[in-house]
Amino acid sequence: MTNRIIAPENLVYEKPKLMNDTAMHYCPGCSHGVVHKLVAEVVAEMGMEDKTVGVCPVGCAVFAYRYLDIDWQEAAHGRAPAVATGVKRVWPDRLVFTYQGDGDLACIGAAETIHALNRGENIPIIFINNAIYGMTGGQMAPTTLLGQKTATCPFGREPDLHGYPLNITELASHLKGTCYVTRQSVDTMASIAKAKKAIRKAFDASMQGKGSSLIEIVSTCNSGWKMSPVKANEWMRENMFKEYVKGDLKDTTAL
Amino acid sequence: MSKIKGAIVVDTDRCKGCQLCIVACPKDVIDLAQKKVNVHGYPYVEAADPDKCIGCTACAVVCPDGCITVYRMKVEE
Repeated sequence: MTNRIIAPENLVYEKPKLMNDTAMHYCPGCSHGVVHKLVAEVVAEMGMEDKTVGVCPVGCAVFAYRYLDIDWQEAAHGRAPAVATGVKRVWPDRLVFTYQGDGDLACIGAAETIHALNRGENIPIIFINNAIYGMTGGQMAPTTLLGQKTATCPFGREPDLHGYPLNITELASHLKGTCYVTRQSVDTMASIAKAKKAIRKAFDASMQGKGSSLIEIVSTCNSGWKMSPVKANEWMRENMFKEYVKGDLKDTTAL
Repeated sequence: MSKIKGAIVVDTDRCKGCQLCIVACPKDVIDLAQKKVNVHGYPYVEAADPDKCIGCTACAVVCPDGCITVYRMKVEE
């Protein structure tokens, strides 16, 4: 029976064609993989396979250029929006996007990010927010929740000592240069569909020259949080969504 | 009456055994292969109960590594 179903005419879902066969270095259950798949699908749907330039950050996604079969440019830590600005201004017909984590975008690259968004550069920024520095061993990030335990705040983040979580997406929604600011997640089938729509909208808006967009994906880092992938998703739904409420914060793409 | 039947193929060497697909599957089709690991030393999933699969693609969509290919067809009974 099963053998009869497995035939090319019955295919309903497979790994995106733009995703290489290279095994990804991400930990089991990492949200990065899902977002990579969404980017690959959206780029293929737009027919921009040969005209897309991604800018990788420093962080876990530093090897993104190995996994997606599009053009990539590596940027210095946090400087992805600045590099993307240059690429987009030289090549306005290309789809130029950046793919950054929270340590890269909200900490060392906060200035570049805010100014690129405020200038209204036609670049979408994909922001993976997992509230921790995953690659370097789980240190506290600007986005770490109050009370959350990390390697550098082992007794939980305290506002008196460490300050408050930085809500960069909220901040970006008040900038005049942005056209689309949204916060999504990729933990369930429904949320993945929504996240894909958001990425498509932002990519389309950038090609239509409507301004910059920021797509925050609230993600898990099960290694950094020291949980199983399934448990990490549950923890994210219980704790992260309270601080980082999902939904569109700004959408002027229809104007 | 016709029925929708599905089938999945897991790229076991790509699978890291994160088990997100096991939770996502509404029909409890998928389970970890018992006492087996792949070339990278990870445990991997397989269709433990393939007859129950309806081809909804939930497992494949949530899979971070794109290991699962889904097929679906109408079967006359």
